[in-house]
Amino acid sequence: MSPHDNKPNNGTSATSPCGGCSGPQALAAPARGQLASGHAPLDDLLAHCEALYLDYDFEVLSEWKRKNPKGAAVGYLPAYVPREIFHAAGVLPVGILGAGEQLEIVRGDACFQSYICHLPRSVVELGASGRLKSLDGMVFPSTCDVIRNLSGIWQIMFPEKFTRYLDVPQTTDPRVGQAFFRQVISDLFRDLCELTGRKPEECDVSASIRLYGQNRAAIRELNALRRVEPWTVPGSEAYLVQRAAMLLPVEEHTQLVRDYLAAAKQAGRKSQDHARVSLCGVFCEQPPLGMLRTIERSGCAIVDDDAMQILRWLPTDLEGGDDPIDALAEAWCLDISESASRFVPDGTCKGAGFVKTVQECEADGVVFAAPSFCDPALLDRPMLVDACEAAGINSTSFQYAENTGQMQPIREQTGTFADSIKLWGDE
Amino acid sequence: MSAEQKQEPGTLREPSMLRQKAMTEGHYKRLAQAKETGKKVVYTFVPGNLTELLLAFDVLPVLPEINALQSGMRKRSGEYIAEAERQGHSEDVCTYVKCDIGMLLEGNVGPTGELLPEPDLLLLSYTGCFTFLKWFELLRERYDCPVAMLHVPYQSQGEIEPGMVEYVVEQIQTEVIPKLEEITGRKYDEDRVRELLGHSARAEDDLVAVLESAKHRPSPIDSYFGGVYYIGPLFTAFRGTLEAVEYYAQLRRETEERVRRGLGPITPAGEMSEERFRLVVEGPPNWTHFHQFWSMFHEQGAVVVASTYTKVGGLYDRGFRHDPSRPLETLAEYCLGCYTNLSLPARVDMIADYVNDYEADGFLINSVKSCNSFSAGQLVMLREVEERCGKPGAFIETDLVDPRYFSASNVKNRIESYFQMLDQRRAAETGEASPDRAPQRVTPS
Repeated sequence: MSPHDNKPNNGTSATSPCGGCSGPQALAAPARGQLASGHAPLDDLLAHCEALYLDYDFEVLSEWKRKNPKGAAVGYLPAYVPREIFHAAGVLPVGILGAGEQLEIVRGDACFQSYICHLPRSVVELGASGRLKSLDGMVFPSTCDVIRNLSGIWQIMFPEKFTRYLDVPQTTDPRVGQAFFRQVISDLFRDLCELTGRKPEECDVSASIRLYGQNRAAIRELNALRRVEPWTVPGSEAYLVQRAAMLLPVEEHTQLVRDYLAAAKQAGRKSQDHARVSLCGVFCEQPPLGMLRTIERSGCAIVDDDAMQILRWLPTDLEGGDDPIDALAEAWCLDISESASRFVPDGTCKGAGFVKTVQECEADGVVFAAPSFCDPALLDRPMLVDACEAAGINSTSFQYAENTGQMQPIREQTGTFADSIKLWGDE
Repeated sequence: MSAEQKQEPGTLREPSMLRQKAMTEGHYKRLAQAKETGKKVVYTFVPGNLTELLLAFDVLPVLPEINALQSGMRKRSGEYIAEAERQGHSEDVCTYVKCDIGMLLEGNVGPTGELLPEPDLLLLSYTGCFTFLKWFELLRERYDCPVAMLHVPYQSQGEIEPGMVEYVVEQIQTEVIPKLEEITGRKYDEDRVRELLGHSARAEDDLVAVLESAKHRPSPIDSYFGGVYYIGPLFTAFRGTLEAVEYYAQLRRETEERVRRGLGPITPAGEMSEERFRLVVEGPPNWTHFHQFWSMFHEQGAVVVASTYTKVGGLYDRGFRHDPSRPLETLAEYCLGCYTNLSLPARVDMIADYVNDYEADGFLINSVKSCNSFSAGQLVMLREVEERCGKPGAFIETDLVDPRYFSASNVKNRIESYFQMLDQRRAAETGEASPDRAPQRVTPS
């Protein structure tokens, strides 16, 4: 039984196209006239996604908890946690990606020096201001030293809350890493089950794995269409639709992606002759939505990015088998996706995987946009730039923060980059 | 001429200080001759180092952080960092990394002016610092050699959890040892490792005695500046050697003699004659202005009685000893227990314990821009330790090896204000007038 079984709308409701998802705007103003197919118009879907993006009071989460009094909700930070076990334990996994440019940071700044990235400030601000009170706990994965230490800050600031650090293996030998990660996942699963009072042995982890596999398949379809027709699925819209996964139950989100795809295909948008770019470095601290739109307005089509990698890692057809937790651990260890937060094992050329992805999505160039003071992204960048240059791929680089408000310099830089691709890309 | 006899005029140094300098120079000499002697070279990091295992394979360790800090002390780091930034490295990231990359780009000349050999293996002990991963990915781009990855789990719950030791041991067995066997052509010799671990344990006993001598008044040592200057070689290439055993035995004798004679620590300006403030320090030092930084303390009669940075190489004073009877398990436990692998609450506990156990007047956090592993969360730690101990904390900001981030006047102002505040608190507690804050005299040699 999933944590969402008690919900009146479980993803198949005819009156709620995205399965009863209830962002603040959706709660206040139900979707306007729907299409004959049952799909909400594109504008309404996007308005709903943007409302979720702006929901820094986590009203949608409070609503979910009201409807699921036996369920628990646990937050997680980028880049990876096995959401499947949350789901199986009856826990709603909630992606906490900071507070963008929406929140004035006061208490968060009191915890971090000026040379620490912005994400942990806004996460602390969210917690200290009571906006995360609906969460029953937080999980901090081993993405970088800042998120690691943030787990300790959380232990100190919220001693009554469930707080866990998730040590994701970095070993090159999957046999060793898999056994360790199996133990890590098992321990977390046990602890999550304690939150909901469920018995681990009675939870259907395999069913949860299948649900997330369906979600990954929908995400893959979304990104495939974005690559072929970026005017049909602009990068900023793909971002919003994927970002909704941070708050919605997986069943609802899968339906949302499918609804969006159907609506986008029907929208009949005109093709554009923009420079095709891959956006790299946005895997943890989030780019402001305004930044993505600025890049697009400057003449770039963002055909790929590394935001919310958690939605893309692991296979779509993963099966739980006899030992579903071991299957998750194995899938992680065998996944060869490159990321700034993962060590590239011996025998693999750093940047080769990234270049392959850029080439597969037929990007004309790469926009390296790293958050200020982000060690993983910024230390990766010289290696990736070298790999791109060796492959004849042009790139441009800048830094941002989640609360960056001045977009004009970015617009000028990416606009010039787009122009250079258009003018001299074939030379 | 023995090391003890090479006393330079105008400085006060005990024989152990000269001995450790000779040991270090000898190590760099061996590195410079590695190609001729056929010795294999392994680059690795200080936290979670497997020195005994490396020495059992008769390889020479190179520690890039040590090279970087040496470059900082020799005033070379600025140009190395600039070179790395010209190659596309961000101003925002770890300056140890950029210093090392810059040094490599400018010819890889080591601290003694001799060429450092290229690595035959990069032993990536991923212990307490995510940047290590990136660092060796970057070095791998430059050197055609394998990387042995050793992932050391983080003590997030304040203790070593079930499965962690086994995980590290398995990696040593399946990843580290096979790669060492491959590059050296030698088989793993467990008896040799046990022997070296036995030496380590002996030296660790003496090291702890030296560190704990700071509980005396006056403290005969400075556990931070002195700690990284002459008490530190154990953490580098020497743990497990008889040289280290002899060095720490000598250092202990000298320290005990200073206690017996009621002497304070030796500073670059001479012997500190009056101990006015006893401090605990959290965080790495600044290396580019090391002596100037130190002088801001000893000129005010401040001695650091305990520090956390000297524990990145192991928590011996908290009870850990290498155990020759369980060679791989003990190496795993050592890696897991390094200071930077501890959770923030555990770090708070440790600093608070130090403040109490060493009867410190307060504590100071030197927050370095480069090191997220240390720095992220230090402002929270500051408040926690203050609350726990009832002792005031000070907070200053510098960097490891980037000279652009050491503002001497700002740092000095903050430190002096802090000492003034300690004086006033003391005066308020005792009902006496606050003493004159003129810099104290030190006894020149």
